[in-house]
Amino acid sequence: MTLVSIRDIHKRFGSLEVLKGVDFDVQEGEVVCLLGRSGSGKSTLLRCINLLEKPDSGEIRVFGEDILNTKDVNAYRAKVGMCFQQFNLFSNMNVLHNCTVPQQRVLKRSRAEAEEKARYYLQKVGMQDFLQADVRMISGGQKQRVAIARALCMDPKLMLFDEPTSALDPEMVGEVLNVMKQLAEDGLTMVVVTHEMGFARNVADRIVFMDDGVIVEDCPPSEFFENPTKEVTRQFLRHYLEN
Amino acid sequence: MGFWQNVLKIVQDYWPNLLMACRTTLLVSLLGTACGFLIGLLIGGLRAIRLDFTASKASRILKRIFDAFAGLYITIFRGTPMMVQAVFIYYALLNIIHWSNIQAAVFVISVNTGAYMAEIIRSGIQAVDNGQIEAARSLGMSNAQTLKEVVLPQAIRNAFPAIGNELIVNIKDSSVLMIISISELMFSARSIAGTTFRFTEVYFIEACIYLFLTSVAALLLNWVEKRVNGSGLSLPQSDTDPTNMKLSRTAEQKGGNRDYDARQHS
Repeated sequence: MTLVSIRDIHKRFGSLEVLKGVDFDVQEGEVVCLLGRSGSGKSTLLRCINLLEKPDSGEIRVFGEDILNTKDVNAYRAKVGMCFQQFNLFSNMNVLHNCTVPQQRVLKRSRAEAEEKARYYLQKVGMQDFLQADVRMISGGQKQRVAIARALCMDPKLMLFDEPTSALDPEMVGEVLNVMKQLAEDGLTMVVVTHEMGFARNVADRIVFMDDGVIVEDCPPSEFFENPTKEVTRQFLRHYLEN
Repeated sequence: MGFWQNVLKIVQDYWPNLLMACRTTLLVSLLGTACGFLIGLLIGGLRAIRLDFTASKASRILKRIFDAFAGLYITIFRGTPMMVQAVFIYYALLNIIHWSNIQAAVFVISVNTGAYMAEIIRSGIQAVDNGQIEAARSLGMSNAQTLKEVVLPQAIRNAFPAIGNELIVNIKDSSVLMIISISELMFSARSIAGTTFRFTEVYFIEACIYLFLTSVAALLLNWVEKRVNGSGLSLPQSDTDPTNMKLSRTAEQKGGNRDYDARQHS
């Protein structure tokens, strides 16, 4: 079943055209990695899916719903989880409340129900011993794992990751990627913008490679990494192999 | 008789008057600051709302009208002296609502402080990390929920020193309200000086009382600020250490996370 279906979207920031007509589909249960150089438009594409950016033209259907004309944007966003590069935990709340307050306010869950859910997912990401911790005091990897748990608590049908490990110390990247790998194995539909080639190669079902506001390649990882057809792709991969 | 003997004599003779005056000064300044804070919270909060494309056309128009009125209010009340506001408002409304001068005094301090507080709250809100607002929206929280749960608690914490400063300013500046004859400290001191002809001594006592009130207020505010910053969570030494308070808050305002990441990248 097609969960996300994007047709010919364009997005412009002032004089800069970031998306120049993008078609993009995600099937249920699929893990798609969006790759590309900085400024290629992959983050903007991701942010369009949960309407943090509104495309200038085109059509986006998610769960069969035309979301650019939806009545209730908040109800829609609650079904789509998002993790950010900068974690963006609420710094006026502890770890537990970061996970419970959105559930209570948006999904109108009781406090007990929200806490049970939060404990379950914090356990899943290995943060069960930090329920009362101040989010300003924990490490980057821990912050990102809490952010993932916070998003999962809303029972999203689709998870978006916007460079979740780019702001992390090298030794913390693994703990976050392991959590994400676990989620992929559980069958969660995920769209991941990343620079982690190992993750893309081993976990993704499909690689979508963007360059200069358009999708250049859309294929399984084996094909992408072993037989890239386009010159830009080869250049991009060469850059990563050199490092 | 020497200066100190005169001071002592005046305090002995007039302490009930001075105590009552203190009470009035504290009443109008505390009540005025509290109401002003609420006005500022409302106006500053609404002014800081950024409507995105999900907002309806009606709310957009309402917002624009509100912004215009709020701007006018702030301009007028920050741009005229409180003493002028006091006489003008008191006498202008006297025949319409027949209020007492104490009511008028509280009202004038409230609306005057409200204008300053609106700007204080607004700048406190603007210092809140935008990423957290985005995260709240991505979880499906509405504009209002985001404001209440995420933005305002942090904005008030950011703005706390400036909010406290308003209280101290009001304790002192309520002295101009003697113009509408409320018997606060300044008014009381003037009448005591008028009967005793000991101007230096009386105003010395008055100054001491103001200094005492503002010092106590400052101590209390410091104590509350520590509590607000701690908010029941464990913080590192630098955040709870009063000497470092200002520094750590600035780091917070610029987005603690971003700071942290910049370091990690380098």
